[in-house]
Amino acid sequence: MLLNIENDHNRFRQIIRGKIKKDLRKYISNGEMIGRKGKDLVSIPLPQIDLPKFRFGDNGQGGGGQGDGNPGDSLDGNEGEGGGNAGNQPGHHLREVELTLDELAEIIGQELELPNIEPKGKKEIVAEKDRYTGIHRVGPESLRHFRRTFREALKRQISSGEFRVEKPQVIPVRDDYRYRSWKSITRPENNAVIIYMMDVSGSMWDEQKEVVRLETFWIDTWLRYQYKGISTRYVVHDAQAQEVDRDTFFTIKENGGTVISTAYELCHQLIKKDYPPEEWNIYAFHFSDGDNWSREDNKLCVEIMQSKLLPHVNLFGYGQVESTYGSGEFINYLDEQFKEEEKVILSFIANKEAIYDSIKEFLGTGK
Amino acid sequence: MITQKDIVEIQPEIEEHAREYRLDFFPVIFELIDYDTMSQLASYGGFPVRYPHWRFGMEYDQLSKGYRYGLQKIYEMVINTNPCYAYLMQSNSLVDQKLVMAHVFAHCDFFKNNYYFSHTNRKMIDEMANHASRIRRYIDLHGLENVENFIDVCLSLENLIDYHSYYIQRREKEKDSEKNEKDSSQGIKKLKSKKYMEKYINPPDFIEAQKKELEEKFASDQTFPSQPEIDVLLFLMENAPMENWQHDILGIIREEAQYFAPQGMTKIMNEGWATYWHSTIMTQRVVEPTEVVDYAEHHSGTVANHPGQLNPYRLGYQLFQYIEDSWNRGKFGKEYEECDDIKEKSNWDKKLNLGRDKIFEVRKLYNDVNFIDTFLTEEFCREHKLFSYAYNTKNKRYEIESREFELIKQRILKSLTNLGQPSIEVINANHENRGELYLYHRYDDVELDLKYAQDTLKNLNVIWSRPVHIETVLDESNTLLSYDGNEYKQQTITDN
Repeated sequence: MLLNIENDHNRFRQIIRGKIKKDLRKYISNGEMIGRKGKDLVSIPLPQIDLPKFRFGDNGQGGGGQGDGNPGDSLDGNEGEGGGNAGNQPGHHLREVELTLDELAEIIGQELELPNIEPKGKKEIVAEKDRYTGIHRVGPESLRHFRRTFREALKRQISSGEFRVEKPQVIPVRDDYRYRSWKSITRPENNAVIIYMMDVSGSMWDEQKEVVRLETFWIDTWLRYQYKGISTRYVVHDAQAQEVDRDTFFTIKENGGTVISTAYELCHQLIKKDYPPEEWNIYAFHFSDGDNWSREDNKLCVEIMQSKLLPHVNLFGYGQVESTYGSGEFINYLDEQFKEEEKVILSFIANKEAIYDSIKEFLGTGK
Repeated sequence: MITQKDIVEIQPEIEEHAREYRLDFFPVIFELIDYDTMSQLASYGGFPVRYPHWRFGMEYDQLSKGYRYGLQKIYEMVINTNPCYAYLMQSNSLVDQKLVMAHVFAHCDFFKNNYYFSHTNRKMIDEMANHASRIRRYIDLHGLENVENFIDVCLSLENLIDYHSYYIQRREKEKDSEKNEKDSSQGIKKLKSKKYMEKYINPPDFIEAQKKELEEKFASDQTFPSQPEIDVLLFLMENAPMENWQHDILGIIREEAQYFAPQGMTKIMNEGWATYWHSTIMTQRVVEPTEVVDYAEHHSGTVANHPGQLNPYRLGYQLFQYIEDSWNRGKFGKEYEECDDIKEKSNWDKKLNLGRDKIFEVRKLYNDVNFIDTFLTEEFCREHKLFSYAYNTKNKRYEIESREFELIKQRILKSLTNLGQPSIEVINANHENRGELYLYHRYDDVELDLKYAQDTLKNLNVIWSRPVHIETVLDESNTLLSYDGNEYKQQTITDN
């Protein structure tokens, strides 16, 4: 069969890269492909062009669904899809498959053309790599071996006489479950830590935090793929900085003003105390809406970065999320100061759609 | 690995079973293809030759990556033609192939017998190839960019067709209409010409004069169209000033949209029917003991419940089973409806055995909307744990809304009506007596996406070439969105 898809495909790629038909660029969006990671659905950045149509707004239409749950329960953050929207091709017969984080990282790496990281430091920590080698009777649900489980259940039902040919229902019980099991192979690895800092002052709203949450998810996924056993630390700040755990990081809300230098100082303390730079690959990311308390503090931030942070880190990423409040001038200030500095990467994140571009900016250097 | 020879060997067996169960289909030609060819064909909607356009490339990009990353796999694809072509994935195991073939025979039976497919062109492969060569010729004449941009414009409007135009006579028959003669003078008259002769045979000022004449004509007739026109594309084809090639392309886009429409209108039924039959044929006739596990895995994957979504395979399958069971036991009609005793009702069995006949009748006469409307009962909703969901504006998320039957049914029906798209019609082509096009959105609790609506108006303006408007509801007030070729306007309409 001779098909012409190659031309159409090239043309599409050219539009995506902005080479031709630039007026279509505003319809390019990401995240149509859905992978499943445990309970969560993860969207994978596959570019697509959505031609404008008369259609319903995003938050309008309800529909029917099937399964357990009570009124008021969320649908897993998943935009429900009524039967009618399911496409108009009857023959397509699709199934979703679960992904591991490593597979996700590989995909994002390919899609965004991210280079592998060249680690620094000694290979001191011994990391484990897992290989699936056998079958066990216990294990996590995600590793359940469907066929073996089914076979055990069938065997049991036939031998106990439960199985009826006219109604061949095979229902596994606890004892039937079989799981893939693994052996750990050890190999030397590099040490790495990510220190996330976020502005949680009054001007950061849920929308901005959601952008940060998604962004850090992908940064985590990629760096975890590059370094086994990476540590993460979380720092929030308004007019003062404090270290928090991951959950608090994304949920805490303060009302104070914004003094960014406090966070940078705390970041420095963490590095000094726990992560000797000669042994560790250190990543620092800071997210804010770019509205700092004063020009003096801007200066102080730059000082701390220059003298205390940049000599030690692999990468300092500053992500500024779009906000309707404040001047948002911090990113411009940093830009002036660090034009020549390779370790400092600045990224302006206008909205959710811009996340993938921003990740590419942060991680595209291979540092 | 499975070869075409294996397929040729098992086809007669599965086909015979299907016929014995009274499935009635066009001749089916199975072709075994690899995943890349499958992705390519699927991007083309199953047709080997389509016109050049980047959106097919986009589909291919997504399908081939989805497969490579292990996110999704297409097992089979079947197109509505006579003979019916079905493509099977080479990497499927033998039991998968048998299941998929049974599935395909049922799809093909549905295509052949369901009323809503009766108007479709069964030689669509040729027609699509025809469209492709016409568009290629326009590309040679007018340049790729020009033609592609115009196709983009048409695609942006392709959902503005009348999905029921073949089943409902909405206009008066032309010969009854006095306007017949006037109608035929609509649009700009042009003589066919080679490109280099164009400005001599169809001089621009002649075209301009015609445009002017057209506008004057609109001015003289204030209520045009006299009835609201749902088929906006048809209306544009008949009335908008376009070049011949543009007119032809708009017609092609409309014809293809019309061809695919019944598949969207019967998604739940069609998949349900195919699933019902692959399950019946496989479990009662075909599956060997060694294949049971693989069969069970594939089948359960097909009908799996995706949390928060309606899986059309599952819902359709369960409804067909439910109908069969109800008609076998005589659970219908006056006596059953009026029975108040819950226990008696649930044990109801008149041993009528009418189930098989009934589901064959249903597959002939219904589409998704009236299928759900007629057969989705409270009992079914409860048994199969259906719920309705809606968007909670406070929490900014979709939530389970209710488990009440009436609401569930209403929600499902709404999401299926007009294929889940807004209902829009032309109500005036001479708005303000200035030949401006006025569309009306039949608002039903759900607002249009404003940004997309504005950009769609822009595309509409490309074709209409005069200012365009759409009346809709935003923030609970009647609003008129307009685009005049330069800028958007948005104004609240106050009732006089």
